[in-house]
Amino acid sequence: MSDEVEEDARSADAIAIPLADRDWKRDMWRDLKKAPLTAKFGILVIASYVFVALFAPVLTPYGESEIVGSEFDVWGDKFILGTDNLGRDMLTRLIYGARNTLGIAFLTTLLAFAVGGCLGLLASILRGWVDQVLSRIVDIFMAIPVLIFALVLLTIFGSNAQNLIIIIALLDSTRVFRLCRAVGMNVAVMDFVEVAKLRGEGLPWIMFREILPNILPPLVVEFGLRFCFVFLLIAALSFLGVGIQPPTADWGSMVRDNATLITYGDITPLLPAAAIALLTVGVNFVVDWFLHKTSGLRDDH
Amino acid sequence: MGKLITLVIQRLGLGLLTLLAVSLIIFLGVELLPGDIATEILGQDALPETVEVFRRELGLDKPPHIRYIDWVLGVIQGDFGTSFANQREISDLIGFRLANTLFLALMTSAIAVPFSLVCGVLAALYRNSLYDRAINTFTLTSISFPEFFIAYILIIMFSQQLGWFPSLSNVDMDMPLWERIYKCLLPAATMTLAVFAHMMRQTRAAIINLLASPYIEMANLKGLQRFRVVVHHALPNAWAPIATVIALNLAYLVVSVVVVEVVFVYPGLGQLMVDSVIVRDLPVVQACSLVFAATYILLNLTADLISIVTNPRLLHPK
Amino acid sequence: MTTKPKKQAKDSEVLLSIRNLHIEGQSDEEWHPIVKGVDFDLHRGEVLGLIGESGAGKSTIGLAAMGFARPGCKITQGDIMFDGVNLFNATENDKRSLRGVRISYVAQSAAASFNPAHRLIEQYSEAPVQHGVMDEKEAHAEAITLFEKLQLPDPHTIGFRYPHQVSGGQLQRAMTAMAMACKPDLIIFDEPTTALDVTTQIEVLAAIKDIVHEFNTAAIYITHDLAVVAQMADKIIVLRYGEVVEEADTRKMLSKPEKAYTKSLWAVRSLQKKEQPSDDILLEMRNIDASYGGGVKVLKNVSIKVPKQRTVAVVGESGSGKSTAARAITGLLPPMKGEVIFKGETLSAALKDRKADDLRKLQMIYQMPDTALNPRMRIRDIIGRPVQFYMGLSGKKRDERVSELLNMIEMEPNQYVDRFPGELSGGQKQRVCIARALAAEPELIICDEVTSALDQLVAEEILKLLQHLQDELELSYMFITHDLATVRAIADEIVVMLQGEVVEQGLKTEILTPPHHEYTDLLLSSVPEMDPDWLEGLLKERAKKKPSIQLAGN
Repeated sequence: MSDEVEEDARSADAIAIPLADRDWKRDMWRDLKKAPLTAKFGILVIASYVFVALFAPVLTPYGESEIVGSEFDVWGDKFILGTDNLGRDMLTRLIYGARNTLGIAFLTTLLAFAVGGCLGLLASILRGWVDQVLSRIVDIFMAIPVLIFALVLLTIFGSNAQNLIIIIALLDSTRVFRLCRAVGMNVAVMDFVEVAKLRGEGLPWIMFREILPNILPPLVVEFGLRFCFVFLLIAALSFLGVGIQPPTADWGSMVRDNATLITYGDITPLLPAAAIALLTVGVNFVVDWFLHKTSGLRDDH
Repeated sequence: MGKLITLVIQRLGLGLLTLLAVSLIIFLGVELLPGDIATEILGQDALPETVEVFRRELGLDKPPHIRYIDWVLGVIQGDFGTSFANQREISDLIGFRLANTLFLALMTSAIAVPFSLVCGVLAALYRNSLYDRAINTFTLTSISFPEFFIAYILIIMFSQQLGWFPSLSNVDMDMPLWERIYKCLLPAATMTLAVFAHMMRQTRAAIINLLASPYIEMANLKGLQRFRVVVHHALPNAWAPIATVIALNLAYLVVSVVVVEVVFVYPGLGQLMVDSVIVRDLPVVQACSLVFAATYILLNLTADLISIVTNPRLLHPK
Repeated sequence: MTTKPKKQAKDSEVLLSIRNLHIEGQSDEEWHPIVKGVDFDLHRGEVLGLIGESGAGKSTIGLAAMGFARPGCKITQGDIMFDGVNLFNATENDKRSLRGVRISYVAQSAAASFNPAHRLIEQYSEAPVQHGVMDEKEAHAEAITLFEKLQLPDPHTIGFRYPHQVSGGQLQRAMTAMAMACKPDLIIFDEPTTALDVTTQIEVLAAIKDIVHEFNTAAIYITHDLAVVAQMADKIIVLRYGEVVEEADTRKMLSKPEKAYTKSLWAVRSLQKKEQPSDDILLEMRNIDASYGGGVKVLKNVSIKVPKQRTVAVVGESGSGKSTAARAITGLLPPMKGEVIFKGETLSAALKDRKADDLRKLQMIYQMPDTALNPRMRIRDIIGRPVQFYMGLSGKKRDERVSELLNMIEMEPNQYVDRFPGELSGGQKQRVCIARALAAEPELIICDEVTSALDQLVAEEILKLLQHLQDELELSYMFITHDLATVRAIADEIVVMLQGEVVEQGLKTEILTPPHHEYTDLLLSSVPEMDPDWLEGLLKERAKKKPSIQLAGN
């Protein structure tokens, strides 16, 4: 083989190399600019909700459960969106609702991911009986619809924010477990995990250094979807009267408490419902965009 | 064929086992209830003798495993026990409500299933077209809406503004069929909207997945008409994923019925369950959740069975 | 067997003429050129071999010859003249009426390309019936004749089976029959034997060659295997990065390649190593039985010895248990019986019972460098982790050692330490894998098909590097491979495995020179050589021998 050819072979081998140092901030900004309109809208919605939730006390004219007027007052200067069934300011409660409903749903999802994620990773690495036992338990829990199960458990343990978070998080963690186990399994069979095992690495290293970074994209997507699911579930439970309890301001129960107005053609009670819908739409749009970007992972939830 | 039958029997057995496990969980859940049920129901001031009598009446003096077996045996014979709240036989309470709920679910699926399958298949065939993008945005929006939001929007539009349909669906057994259908239209429409998005998106995903198979490319390279590729090559392999989609969504429907029934004050099982949860009428909650879970398990089991039975590898073993 | 000379079968009339073909592919929502201006002519009855390494655009060109582009690809420019019709701008209907009738396609994976829901014969007769060439009854009768010609077993009944009921080699022949159904003018063979074992490959090659000659069908034969294309093609085009490097008749191309790139491809298989015997045994597998989950034994009484500073090549086809042997040594699959002895000491059967130092001395390198490196870790950490883990070095000392290791594998440290594996080429990734193994300062490295996922030129560089490291660091290698060229290039000793058992072990020259063990003979003789007459010669020779050499799959 001539030297010229050898050189040629070398350069051929080196040709497929993209830039080494990437500026991730600039990358993100470029991605963001290229994002479709729906995704931009979604990001805007999420940002404004977070803002409202964080600064609720500053933004509201009255106290969260302060009775400031007569019942079912109409829209006007004093009460921009009128008052509710007990004479509390609707706008104030709507803003506080963002804080409560959002916060509880977020905490619940986080807890569900902590529990389901860790167990799912564990099952995907250890396999064998650990996986079998965990998977069978999850199968049984998934055989009961979440809403129904939540209703039963809330009857037994009583409705308060803490119970609500724990119960829904545990029920929802079964879904996280399934996903985490499945995508974790795909990574766990790869040779670099075998290399780590052969090196004698412990479980935490394999779980959090080898596997977790590689399943982050689907987990981020799942987080968005699970958050929507939890958010809608809590809203439904509150609407049914077994979710977040009064006097805490919460969108689901606000719809329920003021539903009578609808029969008179007043749309005020639909505002909290619309607030729920808008956020979920926003999150879903962002998740959909993310899915397209990391395409091939999952075409649907 | 032997392998197929074994698989089917295995799956049926597993379904039964799951059902038993679920019943045990529901039963144990109630056992875990803090405090004594009898005291709770009769109140703290009740005389000890009264509590004792009541306990015996409920069978609470027996050990838990005997009570579980009694309960399961009762349920198999259609006896769910008596309600705490009004002392009525639970089976009487459940009977016609279950029929109502199933009627509503059936009506919804009659509209939703064909509609979403067609839209889903079309979206998959014309992937990335304007239609696909539009329907994608629409379904993304509609899965984001809480059911009660959709329900109230429909009520305001069709009941308040246009006055076409009633906002209450107070059906009873003596009503003629068309009137029942008429009264159920709004709740059915709500549930259709809720389930359509999920079912359509899953159908689309399943078909796209299928169309990416090498044998579909092969069929195209054989110069076959598009129609034949879809009907002769894609469809026979699509039954399993489509059956799964349908069953999953009917199961979803069975659950979303709870909220919709409450909004429209429809006398169904969901309504009963929510009412019982609020007054903590445990035997009724137990019974309702068991019925819901059983339906759910049954639907998922059906999907599994269909995908087993339509799998050519199992139908024609080596 | 037709023994017609090739030239005679070839007509002078041009069947397919491709000019200035440009194809683009989509990635990251941008279009990139895949094929950049390819021209060639194909005459009636002529077989054209398209060869090139991965990414050369061979399959894309093959499909373009049918006027077809996969989703995510588009033909942007050029003329594809097939018998007077330009497929570049023909209507879908026109193209459809040609496909399956006058041009047909044989895919790489027959198992995935047959519809699992229909019987073979239904799929066979679909094209002729749908295109109105013949009715179903005629088609069935034809199918049986063709199945017979292609030497499928039970030609009368095999068509009534479903794809999953037929073996891989038979399916590939059935697919060739299906492509032949309408007696097309042109067939595109897209790597039809790549997924098969060598002993099965040879039958499929013979069948294809035979039938193409008999019906005087023109063909485009796409492959990355030079020896295969030498058997099949009248004319060869070498492709690289979507461009034609060289085009010539097969014999000329093989004997006198002109371009440097082609020469380098041809030269790869010439790497040879002189064996050195040794009795200083480093590792010994003694009478090992192993199975997955207690089921069928995948290793049966396997004994293998690896001498110090030598390379033992373990050869066998898929299912021979060669990779399982590696798993038994490393402790990933604790054997049911027998022991692994390393430097005179018996190692614990299970991985978790082994001492860190035992783990350190025994390292592995894998077939796919893509999956052997954590894509979310920088090179610094990939190589640095074992340094830290085994040697206890950290901070600056660790970084220095990483640089040293990168220098050893001939990669510039400053340029690469901060990259992710995705930012390296295939060969560089495999080098990093080697560096990671070296970081543990091992005594034995198990190499599991380390070059088979790489392009040939790159593979050769890796083999050279491994040889260099062995001499320098006194390493021992256990080299698992199915490729005999690799064996010649690197081995001192050879172990031949078949169905979980060791057939033979010995010095390289002993094993490679006759007389062979019966299976070794079959295996060795089935590996295609770069001689265009090799296949015909071999088949003649086998036909003469006693029928005990009946091949698997028949």
